[in-house]
Amino acid sequence: MTPEPGTTTPEASAAAVERLSPLDAVHRAAGASFTDFAGWQMPVRYSSDLAEHHAVRTTSGLFDLSHMGEIVLIGPEAAAALDYALAGKLSAIEVGQAKYSLLLAEDGGIIDDLVVYRTGDDRYMVVANASNAGVVADELRSRADGFDTIVSDESDDVALIALQGPDARAVLVETPGFGVDGPGNDADDFDAAIDALKYYRAFPATFEGEPVLVARTGYTGEDGFELYLAPHRAARLWEALRETGGSRVVPCGLASRDTLRLEAGMPLYGNELSRDIRPAQAGLGRVVALAKDGDFVGRAAIEAGQSADAPVLVGLAAEGRRAARAHYDVYDGDGADAAKVGVITSGALSPTLGHPVAMAYVSPEVSEVGRELFLDVRGTRIAASVVKPPFYKRDA
Amino acid sequence: MTEPSELQYTEEHEWVDVDGDVATIGITDYAAEKLGDVVYVDLPAAGTTVTEGTVVGEIESTKSVGELFAPVNGEVVEANQSVVDSPELVNSDPFGAGWLLKVRTSSLPKLLTHDEYRALVGE
Repeated sequence: MTPEPGTTTPEASAAAVERLSPLDAVHRAAGASFTDFAGWQMPVRYSSDLAEHHAVRTTSGLFDLSHMGEIVLIGPEAAAALDYALAGKLSAIEVGQAKYSLLLAEDGGIIDDLVVYRTGDDRYMVVANASNAGVVADELRSRADGFDTIVSDESDDVALIALQGPDARAVLVETPGFGVDGPGNDADDFDAAIDALKYYRAFPATFEGEPVLVARTGYTGEDGFELYLAPHRAARLWEALRETGGSRVVPCGLASRDTLRLEAGMPLYGNELSRDIRPAQAGLGRVVALAKDGDFVGRAAIEAGQSADAPVLVGLAAEGRRAARAHYDVYDGDGADAAKVGVITSGALSPTLGHPVAMAYVSPEVSEVGRELFLDVRGTRIAASVVKPPFYKRDA
Repeated sequence: MTEPSELQYTEEHEWVDVDGDVATIGITDYAAEKLGDVVYVDLPAAGTTVTEGTVVGEIESTKSVGELFAPVNGEVVEANQSVVDSPELVNSDPFGAGWLLKVRTSSLPKLLTHDEYRALVGE
């Protein structure tokens, strides 16, 4: 038996020189197992990956995402700077709106995928993957040069807690201490604000008198919220949500986060997205606003197009219980002479669906929905069908 | 459930319970915890000849794949069908209902004692 590398017990990891979440002590007290993620020690699970996954699908799950990066742009030309720096048209979003976007390299490759919140007329918050936070901050600073805006990496001053699942809304409004930031500031206003909050919208709230940005966003395929606040308030909010939610709120580690986002067909940077991948290959062509005025980094390369045989991202669904995983090869047949046509980027036995699902880059000629392909699972070819993600979609 | 202190162990985080010429084999609680939720177990059929130190099966969790090594030379007399049907037994009862294989063997290699194994995993 060879245990999974990279997973350590709290005892074994205590000596490691790594960054710790502001919720670290809370996680250790809860008996979490930790993993090294982009230089951070983060919970990989508290007890059971499957139980945590199912909790998000049926009640709600609580995630510590304080390792994510937050870069703030403030200034009269913050919107213009982002229109130049990112693939999307961020000047077009309203205050209180969020937008999924991409930071492209000059050659059109993906440096990171991001969620951008417009938090004021002249103010945006860009949320980057932990592994890319420094690079994103550097690129934004460099690309904003010449625009009247300040770029500030506030990652160390922002904690992020996500509450995801069908019970998330109820738990959030039941939790005492929330108010809308501004005059009045009572719990009724907060309930009304939550009820009015649409998907991919955010508003400034307070928790026990201190600011928290409440966003209806997430990475699980469920309804849910992401709560940005000062690190020293994170443990208090985490405990308050757990106390209020009781059995409806299950702390969840990064292992369940990965299977949840895979079922929801959401790409993960480092798996589906990289410097070597263009947005169109990943099915993210719509994120690139070629119609927007003015230049943006990567525009020329995207407009020049790409070879027609560049691999494209597809979903794959198989029967049985044997999952193909990242880096396994995809073949056009089950015989020894079958051509290799792609590579898996993420794969797991779907906890919700009960059968294996995967995402893979395959050559375009075998990418049509319904096509049968074969996944090489450590020497055994498993039949799979090309499907259009998401694999799982919640009932509306 | 078998008493862990009475078992022998391998550096591959497997336990071996010897009764006459039959060795019952499973993975330790430490290994089960490291794997996470086990969702698929692939075991050799009864009658398969296994060679010490070679991979004879696979234990998959939601997040990773563990290889099952044969800790002894011999012939598989039984694979635990209950674990194939309900892989979560490896997590819930690794030293008991979560056993994996029974292998008939004529000679045992040197294995670790419980204390030696605990030292290996830092407990």
